[in-house]
Amino acid sequence: MTEPTNPQPKGQDFERVLGGSDTRVASFAETKRTPVQQIQHILHSNPTLVPVIVLALSLFVFGLIAGGRFFSAFNLSLIMQQVSIIGILAAAQSMIIITAGIDLSVAAIMVLMSVIMGKLSIDLGVPTPIGILIGMIGGIGAGMMNGWFITKVKLPPFITTLGTWSIFFALNLYLSGAQSIRSQDIDEFAPLLKFFGHSFDVAGARITYGSVLMVLVFIVLWYMLNKTAWGRHVYAVGDDKEAADLAGIRSDRVLISVYALAGLVCAIAGWASIGRVGSISPQSFYEGNLQSITAVVIGGISLFGGRGSIMGALFGALIVGVFQSGLRMAGVDVLWQVFAIGWLIIIAVAIDQWIRKVSA
Amino acid sequence: MTQPILKATNLVKRYGRVTALDHCDFELYPGEILAVIGDNGAGKSTLIKALSGAVTPDEGTIELEGKKVSFGTPLEARDAGIETVYQTLALSPALSIVDNMFVGREIRKKGFMGSALKMLDYPAMEEFAREKLSELGLMTIQNINQAVETLSGGQRQGVAVARAAAFGSKVIILDEPTAALGVKESRKVLELIQDVKSRGIPIILISHNMPHVFELADRIHVHRLGKRLCVIDPKTHSMSDAVALMTGAKEPEAA
Repeated sequence: MTEPTNPQPKGQDFERVLGGSDTRVASFAETKRTPVQQIQHILHSNPTLVPVIVLALSLFVFGLIAGGRFFSAFNLSLIMQQVSIIGILAAAQSMIIITAGIDLSVAAIMVLMSVIMGKLSIDLGVPTPIGILIGMIGGIGAGMMNGWFITKVKLPPFITTLGTWSIFFALNLYLSGAQSIRSQDIDEFAPLLKFFGHSFDVAGARITYGSVLMVLVFIVLWYMLNKTAWGRHVYAVGDDKEAADLAGIRSDRVLISVYALAGLVCAIAGWASIGRVGSISPQSFYEGNLQSITAVVIGGISLFGGRGSIMGALFGALIVGVFQSGLRMAGVDVLWQVFAIGWLIIIAVAIDQWIRKVSA
Repeated sequence: MTQPILKATNLVKRYGRVTALDHCDFELYPGEILAVIGDNGAGKSTLIKALSGAVTPDEGTIELEGKKVSFGTPLEARDAGIETVYQTLALSPALSIVDNMFVGREIRKKGFMGSALKMLDYPAMEEFAREKLSELGLMTIQNINQAVETLSGGQRQGVAVARAAAFGSKVIILDEPTAALGVKESRKVLELIQDVKSRGIPIILISHNMPHVFELADRIHVHRLGKRLCVIDPKTHSMSDAVALMTGAKEPEAA
């Protein structure tokens, strides 16, 4: 608003005195900021900084504890491999959480689509690329089903995806007959399914195509969310759906597109998971849904929607990987790894709340 | 008188057994500020929603510049040149001023980056936003990439009005623009409204604030029991006349 330096005597009678009023409007006392407040302020404008700092710190600490073994290129690339599948799922989950939703069915979609790809290509003799394509389309369909229930039937995302989680898991057991597809069969009939398990070596690091795929998925989705109109609409819908509707966004379409895209990303994760695991097991990644949410939360993306960068989820997934690897190398029992991740979630959200308290 | 720019005839809207609009007429003339006043529940909001496309009337016609129109969504009304500033402002708090101004009509980069990769042209959008905000004297907002949630109530109202003024080619509807503001900020918003009017865009102003209505309006549409009771001239009527009419304490003179 302009400051009327000297408003003419117009308007209502009681406003006459405004001419002499203080023209400052809520100016900031910049000098009075303590260092802590400054940090709070910087973190508020750059939400991804927190996971980056935590990642750097945890690398440093585990480097000290476990020594050179931990910091070897081989170990770091191994962490990348280990987090790649949950990382891709977390990318899908991030998009949905940015719309103020949640998807409990991501891992179920992933495993179901990997089973479909495997069954088609190996048992039914469909050419592998077609089998993969059908899996991708299936992923989009499963995501759209979630989106349709949420927008058209107006069910809460939590309930919808809790239901579809069971539905997809049951379908997956039915289609697979609760049997794994063996690694040798995949090698013999559909080696393309294992594509993302292959790797190349760079300076002692063993980088799988799956790791590269994870990074690519994040870069593409980051671009879509930040540099396109669609992405801005996703944030606007997550921030305040009613406002977005009034401002002319067709929020139902945006939401369905987000769930469909997330379904596709899950199917991609399904393909990558075959390379990572080696076989196709209907029982695998049963905790994948919650692990993807963990990565997103540690990555500083608000569960209330509209805030946070998808890159945070990548760092969140890496932080979990670094903790697991570091604690394992330090000889800590698995149960304490789980314990540590739990604290990490609570601390991440506490920091997030503290940052939000900053007033501009 | 000249041809009305926006005209509604015989609008009817029922919600179940409640008739919110009962054969209501409405006219807005070029270049004027028309205030719409009425008691709570008189059907003002429904009338405005019908004009801005948020509600589809059951009966009746709406004409924009003499041509019959029918809006299914706010988007269609917007494309036709009718912009609405809602009481809630319809801004996304976490998004920047630029993002908010361009929601739903973003500018894409030219060439391959824009057509194939759909990349947004932020420099162009920022320049346009800065230009529009300066035109309305709103450039004390220093950084147009700051989030809307960091702005004061008046500044937010300013951004919402600037968004409407920047794109509203034919009609701007303002719903209770000063309801949530203090004395000083109200004053600035009123000046802003007059600024917009001076650029020739007609405005529909919905307000409960009689002093503001009488200060700004060229004509006052009094709404009562779902229809237009009468249109009064603020120069020949007093505020108590207006209040008496809209509450039913007084019947309009037979015109």
